[in-house]
Formats: sequence, structure tokens, C-alpha cells
Amino acid sequence: MENLGLIFAPLFSYKLLIVLLFGTIFGLILGVLPGLGPTTGGALILPFTMTLDPLSAIVLLTAIYCAGTYGGAITAILINTPGTPAAAATCLDGYPLAQKGEAGRALGMATVSSVIGGIASVIVLIFFAPLLANLAYEFGQPEYFALAIFGLTMLASIGEGSPIKNLIAGAFGILISTVGKDFMTSIDRFTFGINELTEGIGFIPVVVGLFAISEMLTQSTLINQIFNRVALKAVKLPSIDDYKKTWKTIIRSSGIGSFIGVLPAEGGTVASLIGYAEAKRWSKKPEDFGKGSIEGIAGAEAANNAATGGAMVPTLALGIPGSATTAVILTGLIIHGVRPGPDLFREQPEFLYGIFGSMLIANILFFVLGFFGAKIFARITLVPNKLLWPMIFAVSVCGTYSLNQSIIDVWLMLLFGVIGFFMRRYGFSVVPVIIGLILGELVEGTLRQSLVIFDGNWLMFLQRPIALTFFVLSLIALSFPLIKRKKKNDKV
Amino acid sequence: MNDVHNEKGTNKSLSLFFKSSFIVSAVIIVISSILLYFTFTFDIVPPILNRGIQPATFPKALLILIIGLTLLIYFISLKNPWKNEKKLPNSFYITLLSFVVFITVSKFLDFFLGIALLSIIVSYFWGERRIAYLLMISIIFPLIVFIFFETILGLRFPSGIITNLYYG
Repeated sequence: MENLGLIFAPLFSYKLLIVLLFGTIFGLILGVLPGLGPTTGGALILPFTMTLDPLSAIVLLTAIYCAGTYGGAITAILINTPGTPAAAATCLDGYPLAQKGEAGRALGMATVSSVIGGIASVIVLIFFAPLLANLAYEFGQPEYFALAIFGLTMLASIGEGSPIKNLIAGAFGILISTVGKDFMTSIDRFTFGINELTEGIGFIPVVVGLFAISEMLTQSTLINQIFNRVALKAVKLPSIDDYKKTWKTIIRSSGIGSFIGVLPAEGGTVASLIGYAEAKRWSKKPEDFGKGSIEGIAGAEAANNAATGGAMVPTLALGIPGSATTAVILTGLIIHGVRPGPDLFREQPEFLYGIFGSMLIANILFFVLGFFGAKIFARITLVPNKLLWPMIFAVSVCGTYSLNQSIIDVWLMLLFGVIGFFMRRYGFSVVPVIIGLILGELVEGTLRQSLVIFDGNWLMFLQRPIALTFFVLSLIALSFPLIKRKKKNDKV
Repeated sequence: MNDVHNEKGTNKSLSLFFKSSFIVSAVIIVISSILLYFTFTFDIVPPILNRGIQPATFPKALLILIIGLTLLIYFISLKNPWKNEKKLPNSFYITLLSFVVFITVSKFLDFFLGIALLSIIVSYFWGERRIAYLLMISIIFPLIVFIFFETILGLRFPSGIITNLYYG
């Protein structure tokens, strides 16, 4: 609690304020552009963060995360295409309301509910992350192994799409992490005689490939797509009547989003869908949903932005990413020499509370920029894909090359782009690959070290209460989709 | 009549092989099996130096898990077939081809020439016909990116016929 005052430190640093402003504007641009988003944008900007100090670098990435998540709502409402997957539920009522000539009202509600959701989740982060970090002091290697398994099973069960496909994607991500010299024995694995692979496959070629390049290939199949744009005069703040209709929805969705965000999954996307569904379930007028309900917009937007702070909780407290974008932020932390976990809370509170404070300010900044600048940001979508994607390709290639100055990284990026395209085409989410890649070393390392401690006795895992709890939770997580399907069938 | 039934039955069973669920499952299983084969070629650590499990054990377990889960999704797809995907348009194949062009040119001629060529191919085949825009996207933008990375990040790009003009 004595560290709470450190939250306001970024306000007194002009450098951090400039970084925050840049990050927020860049995040809004990324959020507005369909196909891009905070994950791809964060990965693209990672090499540039090497010119910054660690705090500025992470502040930049978190500002992009907060603003990018909100930015998706602008395109969802004006052109019926979610700028980010997390804004998909916003389309359902945002676009119909815009078609009725109330685009300003829809965007106003999206902006206000996003900010409230975002700030609520940062408050959850401030109070919950240190508690979780304290708990993590009890964790040894077996507990971390069980936790990582729990994270992966949660990702499979509550992520988008088929749980089995998500598990395959997660296992594929972990498999990628095994490429290179084995960290315990220095034996080469899957290097095929290529020297550059002995260091392993980097995170950036995989992320940029799976997100940016695969999206470029997806866009190549949509070149004849025509967007119907709705004109926007100005963003309007919600009326008293709108607040009366939506305040309960905003509070509920903020809670849902923060909770879902903490769980390792596609936080914002899942949170917005659940937030929207709950808003409809509790609404006095559920029949208005899908036809331009203001509650629908509030429910989806408060939830997806609330997931941002929630997803940062396990990222900072345990070093386990809560979403794809936090996996990028985690990489940012690692490449800047910051190791997330309980020790970070004890040794560098000014660093952590600086991040918390910056996230609060980023939420306020995107409120101001979104409110006054939504019309300008909406114009960015007018840049045609035939010009935009070659430019993104050039930045992707140079950004990927820059980290290790390795042409192999660029080729790997292209390879993962093609793999990502086909994965998405056949219903495999690419997010579990990223999380699997990040968690891979932790999963294998903790498993092998645990077996050394246990003298090769696997059953010893079950004698550790915390590890056993995580394994039981993993089983529940895995059976959750089956229970859900059975319930659905029973209803039918 | 029986013949007709048999023929229909044969077609039905043959069509299974052309379903995306079969093709995707087959590709995953074949690649995983090849990788599984490679895990048997990894060096083995002598018991005295081995800590926990052999380096090949973990990837082996992952690959077996992937193969098992893939078989599971295939059998599930027999009951609940995947939706049919639309045929990929020519613009996709051209974009894919442009990647090959980029790799070849960047390897043998010049990194930035590769980027410029890819940009012009993608932009043109995605519908851009205005010369000024094609030049902007293929020359001016890569030049800005080059200067930015070179000066701000102090990055040295691979040598080639164009980059050598700058590096001297």
C-alpha cells in the first residue's frame, strides 16, 4: 500500500507522458485498422523499444494495448468490421445504431464504457497483482509446472473455437520452443544443421508471421470486399437517460472483463462476448439487442477494455501471459532484462507502479483522443489495403530482421505467416501458439527440474497441494467444453 | 442396381479423402510423424549426466499428443463436418509467389530490392494501377524505412547491389 503514491510518478515525467501520448495514438491507429491490432502492432514496435529505457518501453506497449483495444470499436461502429477481434460484439449493436443516424451516440457510449472498464481493471490490477505475487512466493518448480499446464488448458477451454484445436495449437507453440540447444544438456534439437537455429526460434518472427503476415495473406483473399461506411459528424457524450440505462451493464461488464482477463485466454474477445451476452440476459429490453441497443455497446466495450488490466495480473505477478498482447508485453519485459514475478514486486515497485499509473493515464488519454479525434482516426480506414499491406510488410521484414540481424528470422516470419494463414482458415486459433511458445520453456524446464527434485517419481506431483489444485483445475477446465456442449444438447 | 450402389458408395468413401478435415489432419500427422522420427536421432545423454528426462522425451511426448489430438478432431469431424472453405482466389497465390520472389531476390541480389519488388507485385495485383502510388510504395516507403532503421536503430542491413551503394 505504501507504494500507491508511485502510481502518479508518470505524471511528473515529460518523457513518459510523450511515450504515453505516442503509444495511445499509435494504438488507436492500429485498433482502427482491421486486421492489425495491439498484438501485431506491439510485436512490430518491439525492436524500436530497444532505444528506450525499460519503463518507457513497457509503458509504450501497455498504452498501445489499452488504446488499441478501444480503437477497434470505431471501425466496428462505422463500417461494421471490428478493428480488433475484441470489438466483434460491438458490431452487433454499434453498426445498426450508426445506421439509424446515431453514430456519434454509439461511439460516445463505446468511449465512455471502454474508459470505465479500462480504469476498473487497472484498479483490479493494482490490488490483485501484488496479492497474487505474494502467493507465488509459495511456488516451487512443480507448482509453476502445474500452473503453466492450467494456463494452457484454460486457454484451450475458454478461448475461441474448438478446444481440441486450441490444444493442438498450444502444443505446437510449446514444440517451437524446443527448437535449438536443450538448455539442460546443450544437445541440439530440430536444428537440422542450421547454425542460426541453435539459439532457438525467436518470439518476434513467430508473432509477426502469425499475426501480420498471415493477415496479409487473408487480406489478399478479400481484395474485392467493399465496406459500407456510415458518416460521423461528432462523438456525443451519453445522455443522462443513456447512463441510467447502462450503468449496471457497465459495472457488470467491467467485473466480467477483469475476471476473464486474469485467466489465460484471448481475454478481450471472450470477455466482450460474455459481457454482451450478460447485458442481453439482464436487460429489460433484450429484443432490442442486435438492432442498435445502447446497452449492447456498453456491455461489449466495458468488458473488452476491462480485460486489459486483468490480463496484466498474471503477466506481471507470475510471468504467465493473460492474452496474446500481454505475451508481447512479457517479451518486451524479458528483452529489457526485467523478469516478471514476485521478486519484481519486492525489488522494483517504482517500475511496476509506473506501469499501473501509465495504464490509468492511457485510459484517460484514449478517452480524450477518441472523443475529439474519432472522426480523424476513422479516416485512416480510407487508406486502401493495396497500399497499406506492402507498407506493413516492409516494416515487418525490417523489424524482424533488426532484433538479431538475421535473415533466417525473416524467412521464419514468412513461414509462420503461411502456417498462420492455413491455421486460421481451418479454424485453429493462432493465439495458443504464441502462449505455448512463451510458456514452453517454463513448462519443460519446471517439469524436468521437478523430476530431478522428485528423483524421477511422477506421482510426487500429486503430493504437493498447490500443484494438485492446479491439476484438478486443469481437469475441470478441460471438461468445461464437454459440460457446456451437453447442456446445450439437453436444451435442444 | 447393385453396381450403381457400389459406385456411389465408392465415390462417397473417396470423397472423404478430399474433405478439408481429412487433408488438414493428414498434413499435421505426416509432419508430426517426420518430426517424431527426427527426435529418435537426437543425441542421448549418458545416465550419469542426465538430469530428469532425456532431451528427446519432451518433444516426443508433445508430438504424440499432437498426433493423438489430430486423430480425435478427425473422428469428431466425421460426425460434425467442418464447413467448406471457399476456393482461394488468384490474388492469394500471387501474394504467396511474391514471398518467394522476395526470398530469392533478398538472398541473391538485395534485401531492399526484394522489398520493393514484393511491394510493387502485391500493390499491382491487388488493384493499384497509378504509377505514382506504385513508385511511392515500392521506392519511397522502403527508402524511408531503410533510413529510419539505419539511423535511429543503427542497424546494418545485408549487403546487396543497392545497399552497397549506401554503405560504399
